[in-house]
Amino acid sequence: MSAGYLAAVIALKSIRKAYQTGSQSLTVLKGIDCTIEKGELVAIMGSSGSGKSTLLNVLGLLDDFDAGTYVLNGQNMDGLSEKAAARYRSEFLGFVFQSFNLISYKSALENVALPLYYQGVPRKERQASAMAFLSKVGLADWAEHLPNQLSGGQKQRVAIARALIANPSVILADEPTGALDSVTSDEVMALLKEINKEGITIVVVTHENEIANQCDRIIRLKDGRIEGSNG
Amino acid sequence: MWRPDWDVFIEMVQVLLQKPLRTGLSGLGVGWGLFMIIITIGSANGLQNGVSQDLGDMAKNSMFMWTQSTSMAYKGFQRGRPIDLTIADVEYLAANSQTLEAVAPQNQLGGWRGSNNVTRGLKTGAFTVFGEFPEQQLIEARPLKEGRHLNDRDIDDKRKIAVIGERVRDILFTKQEDAIGGSIRINGVNFTVVGVFTSMRSGEDAEEDLQSIRIPFTAFNQAFHQGDDVGWLCLLFNEEVHADSAAAEIMSVLKARLSIHPDDNRAFGHWTVAREFEEIQSVFSAIRWVSFVFGGLALLAGIIGIMNIMLITVRERTNELGIRRALGATPGVVVRQIMGETLLLTTLFGLMGAILGVGTIEGINALLDSMPDMQGGSFRNPQVSIDIVLQSLLTMVVMGALAGILPAFRAVSIRPVEAIRTE
Ligand SMILES: Nc1ncnc2c1ncn2[C@@H]1O[C@H](COP(=O)(O)OP(=O)(O)OP(=O)(O)O)[C@@H](O)[C@H]1O
Ligand SMILES: [Mg+2]
Repeated sequence: MSAGYLAAVIALKSIRKAYQTGSQSLTVLKGIDCTIEKGELVAIMGSSGSGKSTLLNVLGLLDDFDAGTYVLNGQNMDGLSEKAAARYRSEFLGFVFQSFNLISYKSALENVALPLYYQGVPRKERQASAMAFLSKVGLADWAEHLPNQLSGGQKQRVAIARALIANPSVILADEPTGALDSVTSDEVMALLKEINKEGITIVVVTHENEIANQCDRIIRLKDGRIEGSNG
Repeated sequence: MWRPDWDVFIEMVQVLLQKPLRTGLSGLGVGWGLFMIIITIGSANGLQNGVSQDLGDMAKNSMFMWTQSTSMAYKGFQRGRPIDLTIADVEYLAANSQTLEAVAPQNQLGGWRGSNNVTRGLKTGAFTVFGEFPEQQLIEARPLKEGRHLNDRDIDDKRKIAVIGERVRDILFTKQEDAIGGSIRINGVNFTVVGVFTSMRSGEDAEEDLQSIRIPFTAFNQAFHQGDDVGWLCLLFNEEVHADSAAAEIMSVLKARLSIHPDDNRAFGHWTVAREFEEIQSVFSAIRWVSFVFGGLALLAGIIGIMNIMLITVRERTNELGIRRALGATPGVVVRQIMGETLLLTTLFGLMGAILGVGTIEGINALLDSMPDMQGGSFRNPQVSIDIVLQSLLTMVVMGALAGILPAFRAVSIRPVEAIRTE
């Protein structure tokens, strides 16, 4: 193993994953090798069905993989229990989704505070912290609003604040601008870049070249393998 | 990393309030179940209290015994011989029975709602007149309103005195008149009133008591030409002895004296309070049991309803639960959350049902108390003991927990990815 391998926030070696649908087996990831360094802003691109979301879910410990090694922050993620996975997610990872995935009956503030609830942070502290992150994404005045009272861009900024609140080392974003118009997309991307400047590693799955081009590096997936990287 | 506190509760309340109508409707089933249990058990108790009250003033070890005709030939006597008791027989019984503690022979004149037999001046009334002994008080106590009860001197001297029921006084005396010392005429014979009593019984039994007149047994037999005859016996037996064996022993003494076949069950009739109590007790424990079963079924239906609702809720909230998992909720936390919601739902509505049930019963109680006329009914003082309430609540909590298990494990069986993908 190289020194770089150990310094990486994320290091994947020969990751394989297949989906079982009935008697059929569909191999989606056919041996992924890659490392992502601390502080990088990386885009994952590829045609629809190429396995981008699958890869991101593996990185996010939301899904398991069949073979290979995944080292996150120097710790091996092989064969984790659900409980351990939940702990690592809470400790290391933040998520941003295309469909925002805010809880509809909770206010913006409560949504942002939720990760801290699962870390056992007391309510007052949680809410103060959530307020600070809402301010950071420019939504302090919207704290008490429910998600359906917010625009798409505002929802995504709430989701980003929520991803940030537990101080993760990596933020995983699956097409964060996929549901937004171009102006709002640029705002969200600007926000992600700003966060990245503060030292948080970000992995963005995207279809859009304008988005990908703003990243340090693009990983292209094709047919379950990494096609090439530039950076 | 996760500790239960107010937050958990607030989380659960927030979820339940999200769909108030559904929460309310599903909770209703459980509430109804508990309400039913408490109402039916309370009513059964009320009925039992009412019926027990009808016997309430009688000593538990008391027995009534009267004569009939023999059903077996014995010692040269034909079957069908009518049996009569005299004072001498009673004295013999008192001297020879092992279990007998007190005996009070009684004779009766006039009947319940019979023709007018008592007069005082121009006032008349139809009352039951009993000739009895002071011991009668041991068997069925009648509290005095004024004056005194019969005593042994009255018996010895065959005094023509009477202790009368309250109704008798009200009919024969005006409000201004003092009943004590007043003279009444029973079937043409004058008696002096020495006491007025009331009844501890309820309903028709109380009416009957209050319209009766008690005079010394000896004076009764003399005035109404009964000789030494005894109508029937009221007895007290040893408390340690079971009512049935006491009755058998007492009757065997009399059978021997009166040349009745020892196995002749028709010569005497008898009735014991204890036996009556046992029968009432067993009827009511059956009623209570049935109401518990039906209430339990209602509760079970409610719980199954809740389980169903929770399963639907979990399915609907798949995405939300996936988000929570992504944000760091462990499977254990999710299980606890779903179980907690189920328990909160059942407990909340169960408690409401229980409170409503107890409230209803207390309300009926207050209503009965405020209507003295209703006091007579065979339904009185319905109540549920606190341990029945606690028992039902506990059952409900356990069932609520059981109802939560399936939905909770359904909730964590979905992998976070799948949960998030739904949409
Ligand atoms: N749970 C699953 N069961 C079976 N097959 C699946 C499952 N999830 C994904 N797949 C298949 O795996 C392949 C990769 O899916 P994935 O969602 O990773 O693609 P993607 O690159 O994110 O595509 P898109 O750009 O459309 O989002 C697809 O062919 C998809 O049909
Ligand atoms: Mg995808």
